[in-house]
Amino acid sequence: MGDQSRLCSVWLGSETGILKGVSVTHKQAFNFCNTRQLSRDQEIRVLCWGDPTETELLLGTVDGTVKTFSTEKGIFTEVRRCGDPEEGCFTGLEVRNSSVLTCVESGKLRVWREDSSEPVSELDAGKNVCRMRQNPVHPNRVGTGGKENGLKIWDLERPETPVFTAKNLRDDWLDLRRPHWVRDLAFIPDCDKVVTCTGHHQVHVFDPVSPQRRPVLEAEFGDYPLTALSLPASGDSVVVGNTQGQVAVLDLRKGLVRGCLKGLSGGVRALQCHASQPLVASCGLDRFLRIHSLEDRRLQHKVYLKSRLNCVLLGSQELRGGAEGEDGGAEGEVKEEEEDEVWDSMERVEEDTTKRKSSSSEGEEKKKKKKD
Amino acid sequence: MDVTEVPVSQGSKSKKKKNNNKKNKMKDVSQEGGEGSSGAEKSESGTAFPPTFSVSEIKNKQRRHLMFMKLKQEKRKQKLQIKKQKRKEREALGDKALPKEVPKTIENQRVFDETTVDPEDEEVAFDEGTDEFSAYFNGLTNPKVLITTSDRPRGRTVRFCRQLATVIPNAHVYYRRGLALKRIIPQCVARDFTYLIVINEDRHVPNGLVLCHLPDGPTAHFKVSSVRLRKEIKRLGKEPTEHYPEVILNNFSTRLGHSIGRLFAALFPQNPEFVGRQVATFHNQRDFIFFRFHRYIFKNEKKVGIQELGPRFTLKLRSLQKGTFDSKYGEYEWVLKRHEMDACRRKFQL
Repeated sequence: MGDQSRLCSVWLGSETGILKGVSVTHKQAFNFCNTRQLSRDQEIRVLCWGDPTETELLLGTVDGTVKTFSTEKGIFTEVRRCGDPEEGCFTGLEVRNSSVLTCVESGKLRVWREDSSEPVSELDAGKNVCRMRQNPVHPNRVGTGGKENGLKIWDLERPETPVFTAKNLRDDWLDLRRPHWVRDLAFIPDCDKVVTCTGHHQVHVFDPVSPQRRPVLEAEFGDYPLTALSLPASGDSVVVGNTQGQVAVLDLRKGLVRGCLKGLSGGVRALQCHASQPLVASCGLDRFLRIHSLEDRRLQHKVYLKSRLNCVLLGSQELRGGAEGEDGGAEGEVKEEEEDEVWDSMERVEEDTTKRKSSSSEGEEKKKKKKD
Repeated sequence: MDVTEVPVSQGSKSKKKKNNNKKNKMKDVSQEGGEGSSGAEKSESGTAFPPTFSVSEIKNKQRRHLMFMKLKQEKRKQKLQIKKQKRKEREALGDKALPKEVPKTIENQRVFDETTVDPEDEEVAFDEGTDEFSAYFNGLTNPKVLITTSDRPRGRTVRFCRQLATVIPNAHVYYRRGLALKRIIPQCVARDFTYLIVINEDRHVPNGLVLCHLPDGPTAHFKVSSVRLRKEIKRLGKEPTEHYPEVILNNFSTRLGHSIGRLFAALFPQNPEFVGRQVATFHNQRDFIFFRFHRYIFKNEKKVGIQELGPRFTLKLRSLQKGTFDSKYGEYEWVLKRHEMDACRRKFQL
């Protein structure tokens, strides 16, 4: 198990409760679960890294437990109970210097220490929370949002009142109230801005520094609820996905669509961009993990994983073979072989006539060496 | 083709006829010679012909027609000859002959689908064993079906509904009365219905079908085409009886196909009454699902007779949605994306 888990660069949580690891370079997928003890209570809702070196994975399951998975050993090392399953599923799970933050649908945001079974602190983020995320730059800041529950940014050291509360949008041209429904949010790394996507197919950017509590940028994409978003490493754009499997890259300067990522056939559940490379991984109800390149928006990898997938997590190390085309699908390989043949034939001309007979086998050997 | 290079002149024509008596391969050489001679006669026409001469370049219509007919005959003869030759070879070789080639169809050239269900796969078995239909397949619930239509149905749709209700046991047809589907669904759940079928109508013709499994989904949306009601079917059997029919599901091989197959299977009670000798068939071919309803009879040990009872129709999956009907906020498990998914004609989804 340990050998397999060390290979994996993409981790996925499924609806059947299986933790899946995918090694993109070796084109292999592994299940890290005992298939005999499957049950729907074990459904994985959230995934996050347990430590900055990425040797531990934290999984939040539907029955209210948080499991720790060691990627070094390839086994589950710890199971602990974090809250009541009746309060709803996990909507967010984060790590803040050796304590664990959890948030459930009913809005209870709790901080858990390693040793105690009771939460250290607790705050109420309101009803129907759809997502809780931590600011990667300031780990004390977290953002929450949900249905009829606008974006709130909390400082965990002062849990009484939120640092920032979003104001509802202006009434529409019929003077009707516009409903809130934050489905996912992310902190833009360099500035304090927060980007959210809503169930009413809008993308909003909030700026907590400015006095304006309404979004500083409004954009729309498609006609169906947006379910997930992710920020690429390059900045000033955001990748959003909706319930029909339409994924698009939006520009955050003007809110225009830069391009769509094709190939998905079912609703998106989670998106994640790679920390350094221009790659985005998406998973959802169509049971596929797809990795697209953000540069040419082509599909790089597609892996069938047999269960509906809830969440995806990428490691920070480079996913090799994505853009280089070294093992980017069958087509890339074929092309390379053709090129090799071209080179082989050229070598033949240079070599002496006596060596000609063995040149073809030598060429093959060289090819192998190249691949190694 | 070699034959087309013959220029329009009497001399060459007669040569061509002679050539026809000979074998194919020799013809090229002799014809070239013929062409040269005709070119000498009519130098203008000979030089005017581009190297690829086609019959369509002949300006005289009657002449062109004549030549074209000749060309066709020639081709046909060649083809027959090759066939004959092949057959002779086959006969001569006897048992050693190469096996006959299987004709290429888009079904047997199908692109491999990685989601094809392996019956021994534990994970898929678990996924299917605990899905929304597990209660039915474990024998805990009996299907009860509500059939309704879009608002104000007209002739054909009404008849289609009624006939569908005779096929599906324990089905109730209700008038829609302008009610919203989202408001019907809780009422259906309260009355223990396990399915809601909504038939959509456009220009008095049924064209859509929403199949919603209750109480918690999934919902499938189909396009309905070529509906033939009982009256329109030739050699129709007598009215179907109240017996529970047997169900045949053909070719639902992928993971999506399995879900759709289970959706159809759960429409009918699990214990068919074989006394009724009635079969409902859902046959999937190239992602179109053909529905037929038959009665069979064993005439003797070898022969079986079947009789169609109707109605017959064709379905094509448009979308499969998780949860009960919610076209705006529901999450789709699969959506047909035209020009993206059907770009490859040999790729099938079901």
